[in-house]
Amino acid sequence: MAITLLIPTALRSFTDRQSEVEVAAATVGDAVKALGAKYPDLNAHLFDDHGELRSFINLFVGDRKIEKPDGLTQPLADGETVMLVPAIAGGKPINNSQLKINN
Amino acid sequence: MFTALTNPEIARYSRHLLLPEIGVAGQLRLKNARVLIVGTGGLGAPLALYLAAAGVGTLGLVDFDFVEESNLQRQIIHSVRDVGRPKVASASDRIKAINPHIKVITHDTTLTGKNALEILRDYEVVADGTDNFQTRYLVNDACAMLGIPNVYGSIFQFEGQSSVFYAKEGPCYRCLFPEPPPPGLVPSCAEGGVLGVLPGIIGTIQATEVIKLIVGGKTPHAALPVGETEPDGGKPLIGRLLLFDAWRMQFRELKLTKDPRCPLCGENRTITGLIDYEQFCGLKKPETEKPVAKITATELKARLDRGDPLQIIDTREPHERAIVKFPTAKIIPLGQMTRRMNELDPAIDAVFICKIGQRSIFAIRALERAHYAGKMFNLQDGINAWAREVDKSLPTY
Ligand SMILES: [Zn+2]
Repeated sequence: MAITLLIPTALRSFTDRQSEVEVAAATVGDAVKALGAKYPDLNAHLFDDHGELRSFINLFVGDRKIEKPDGLTQPLADGETVMLVPAIAGGKPINNSQLKINN
Repeated sequence: MFTALTNPEIARYSRHLLLPEIGVAGQLRLKNARVLIVGTGGLGAPLALYLAAAGVGTLGLVDFDFVEESNLQRQIIHSVRDVGRPKVASASDRIKAINPHIKVITHDTTLTGKNALEILRDYEVVADGTDNFQTRYLVNDACAMLGIPNVYGSIFQFEGQSSVFYAKEGPCYRCLFPEPPPPGLVPSCAEGGVLGVLPGIIGTIQATEVIKLIVGGKTPHAALPVGETEPDGGKPLIGRLLLFDAWRMQFRELKLTKDPRCPLCGENRTITGLIDYEQFCGLKKPETEKPVAKITATELKARLDRGDPLQIIDTREPHERAIVKFPTAKIIPLGQMTRRMNELDPAIDAVFICKIGQRSIFAIRALERAHYAGKMFNLQDGINAWAREVDKSLPTY
């Protein structure tokens, strides 16, 4: 089934700037997995080390939020749209002293 | 205690008084209201300007930051002559110029788990114009604990979000986003940019919601003077998330419900006091993975001058090269890194660069996960550091 995923600007640098991506999937969870398969560089942003969808990304079908994890098995009809809504913070970069553990 | 409107106030607020939804009762509520604006940046600027103009009697401003040149593209409360001044001082002057009838209280500080309840408890509505996740969760938690509404706004590039998180009547920010993203995983406006008018739109939506909550008596202790009829506060943005895409000029409204599992406002609450939000946001968490090797701009220059074989990878977006180019760099944007891994030579040291040295870390991490075998270095503080330390003819951005 052809499903359209709506990609927020915060993630578009990982989808070749595409704002809409079409995948074949039967459930909400499969649609997001298919998105990650299509754009492997997006995977680390979508899923944590255990393969769970990250909690700062919400999925909406229509105007309804998909409750994780149960809602991920929700079946999708052909032509349906799944919107990704990430937490965005705005302005400031985390400063490098805060990142120093990683840096 | 309600103070009545003076004749000059009646003249000033005439266009509000003419609206039956506001009228004298609503304007009196505004006059007696105390609103705290957290952040006097992109969102805080229109919030403060419009709430001041609308006659909110007491406006609190929290910000520890100073006005910078690059703020002026969107933070319209500050002017050229304010560059270098504390933002709360600059904003306070501007507010007083707009409306001498109101009181401004400045909090020239960072909001933390230690001072937040003390500061917030004097207000009946908080408008969240913060630019980082620590403060966002802190404001959300403190508002829920104090039982006051949190008028939320957030922006990135061309997209904005707004909602009213009021745990008494609907979901809170944690119901929507239980946990913040790991540090750096969501790009900031400093790296991704932001359309200057976007915070103007989202901030004015927030200001609208603040006014509706106050006029409609939705805030705690909203009394009404004897003899006045209850104003109609309209339909607040509680339990709804408004998304705005400026580039497509499109609004969407999503439904939000209270999460019964929410640790703050759900059925089994585990958060009963403010916590350490830097730790919560992963900014203090000890990393088990090995650190990324780094190289300073000066060290990189020395290695290039020695003729060391190096491959320099520019991980920025293609259009950023028009701002400043790095000589001899190979262009692989972060979003394509693992897909184009075979373009790198593992036998040669690779130096990854970006604007400020953060996306380049993610590029290295992504290649590590993809089992890239070569040696990788992060150019510390990015191409901006190169412009500051090595080639001063280049601009920083
Ligand atoms: Zn909640």
